[in-house]
Amino acid sequence: MRTLEQTTQEVVDLATRHFNVAAGSLAPSDDFFKKLGIDSLQALELLSRLENHFGIELPDYEVQGVSDFRTLAERIQSRL
Amino acid sequence: MLDLSQYQSVGAALREALTVFSAETCLIEADREREKERLTYKDFRDRAHLLARALQDYGFAVGDHASIIMTNQSKWLISAYSVFFTGGVLVPLDFKLTPSEHWQLLKHSGARVLITEYPIWRQLSTASERGAAENVKLILVTEAPPNADLTGAQRWEEFRSTAEPVFVPRERKDVACIVYSSGTGGRPKGCLMTHENYLEQCVALTSLYPFWPGVRYLSILPTNHAIDFMVGFFGPFTCGACVVHLRTLRPEYVREAFTKYKITYVSLVPLVLKNLQKGLQARFDALPSGKRKVFNSLVAINKAFTKGQPRLGLSRKLLGQVHEAFGGELRAIIVGGAFTEPQTLQFFYDLGVPVANGYGLTEAGTAITVNDLKPFRADTVGKPLSGMQVKIVDPAADGVGEVYVRSKTVMAGYLNDPELTADAFSDGWLKTGDLGRFDSTGHLLLSGRKKNMIVTEEGKNIYPEDIETVFESLSVKEFCVFAANYVWPKRSMVGEQLILALHLENGQNYTDELRGDIIARNNRLLNYKRVHGVVLVGEDFPRTASLKIKRNILAARLAQLDRASAILPL
Repeated sequence: MRTLEQTTQEVVDLATRHFNVAAGSLAPSDDFFKKLGIDSLQALELLSRLENHFGIELPDYEVQGVSDFRTLAERIQSRL
Repeated sequence: MLDLSQYQSVGAALREALTVFSAETCLIEADREREKERLTYKDFRDRAHLLARALQDYGFAVGDHASIIMTNQSKWLISAYSVFFTGGVLVPLDFKLTPSEHWQLLKHSGARVLITEYPIWRQLSTASERGAAENVKLILVTEAPPNADLTGAQRWEEFRSTAEPVFVPRERKDVACIVYSSGTGGRPKGCLMTHENYLEQCVALTSLYPFWPGVRYLSILPTNHAIDFMVGFFGPFTCGACVVHLRTLRPEYVREAFTKYKITYVSLVPLVLKNLQKGLQARFDALPSGKRKVFNSLVAINKAFTKGQPRLGLSRKLLGQVHEAFGGELRAIIVGGAFTEPQTLQFFYDLGVPVANGYGLTEAGTAITVNDLKPFRADTVGKPLSGMQVKIVDPAADGVGEVYVRSKTVMAGYLNDPELTADAFSDGWLKTGDLGRFDSTGHLLLSGRKKNMIVTEEGKNIYPEDIETVFESLSVKEFCVFAANYVWPKRSMVGEQLILALHLENGQNYTDELRGDIIARNNRLLNYKRVHGVVLVGEDFPRTASLKIKRNILAARLAQLDRASAILPL
């Protein structure tokens, strides 16, 4: 079972790869909309990648209003 | 289609539709690759009657208000119909608002009943503002897990009565829905939409974009939004068509739904349409050069043959693969909620996929103008729909002035706010606050806004007053939020931004600490509501005798500054 810290790090790492940004440039507390300049659709695409990675289904409503990696990781963690 | 002139209310028309089209499929609900539900009009009626009767047994009576806060799904429509059947007034709220905003609007609307989904209720039930909305007496929650603590709510699925409900008739002038166009942080604008508003709008819209049994509409825009309520519920239902709901809107499942369910119409906001365009363009660009040349030639041929009007059959033959990706049955994409860039509209039309571009605002029903495709024009928002009177007031030399509207689809006013209502109208004409002009062929061209607000590409209306609360007690002398284009008028309907005007205390500097505080507060807002930059003002804000900021005068002062250098980005 992953810890929340591990899950958070995996979320950040996967976002780093998905959006092709420099390693180490994203932090758990970052607002991904602002930091990555992405829109809500691109965020949904990231969500699909995360679901595949963690082997879970995350309903859209679970991430409603979420804009930072740490909170996103918490929502994932609750379904692991 | 039903002859809607024969009906007095939304409920009466829907009631007839459920009988006339009883054997037709009205709803399909899918969750990812799984189809969860498929209902005929008869199934729909049977389920709605169980709820309607239970509401009546509870004491829900004519004119009572019931709110729905749900994602797009079959129970949304079943609940709405039950409210209309029992003579109630529906208050559809945007499920994407925060719990605090929800409770604020629930209180303002006077809703006696709330119908919501379990995940939403989980957040609503623990919000501190819950106690303020004492008017909400009955709460029905869908899809709650077996052992869930509902904290005072009841299960929607168990709230039912098998006795036959009694249909409660309403008049055309009665209020059918209260639809909030803004005001989640400030002064709520609850548009009072009458039964006549919906009946008339439905006739006008379906004359241009008809539904019939067999048509499948993919419902993606939230159903609380005027567009989806009309073209994803009332319109298709009064024509015997079918609405497809998806419980997840991930792009891959939306794409799959087009082919799996052979979608006929879909409504999208500009952001999604642009995203689709980007994806298609990338696929076209990836074609080997030979194939790309052939493809471009086919597009050119399609363009030539569809110049005067769409020819769906021909376009589907010429550009079969593109149309197959959309399921092969798509007749038009309805786009709304915000301004769409002409090149995006043209891109789809050139592929033989007409985009029903239009212009509307909640206060005026669903749409004021719509492109009639005779011929297609990417540079305009179309012509006024039948029954709509549209005029340009105080036009400048180039013909641009404020757009005024008068029609049977225009709201009756704002709930509990005669002052706002009076401000919204002039001699019976609704003042839209948008700027535009008509060309010689009667098409409306929009060119900017007169009002202090922005509309995002996702179709969200943001009023500066609504987000100011987040900056309350900021350690400055005074502040005020503006739409940048309101201060510095710009002939543009895209890329709109909000700015925060700051007047610092004597001797105070705009420090990194202050900037950090503003950013932290800004981040508490949903991302599309955030201010883009700060403008420093060196003098006291002009105020009324009751100390309200005179926004128009302050805006005029700010306008003296150079826009580019005055805005300090956050």
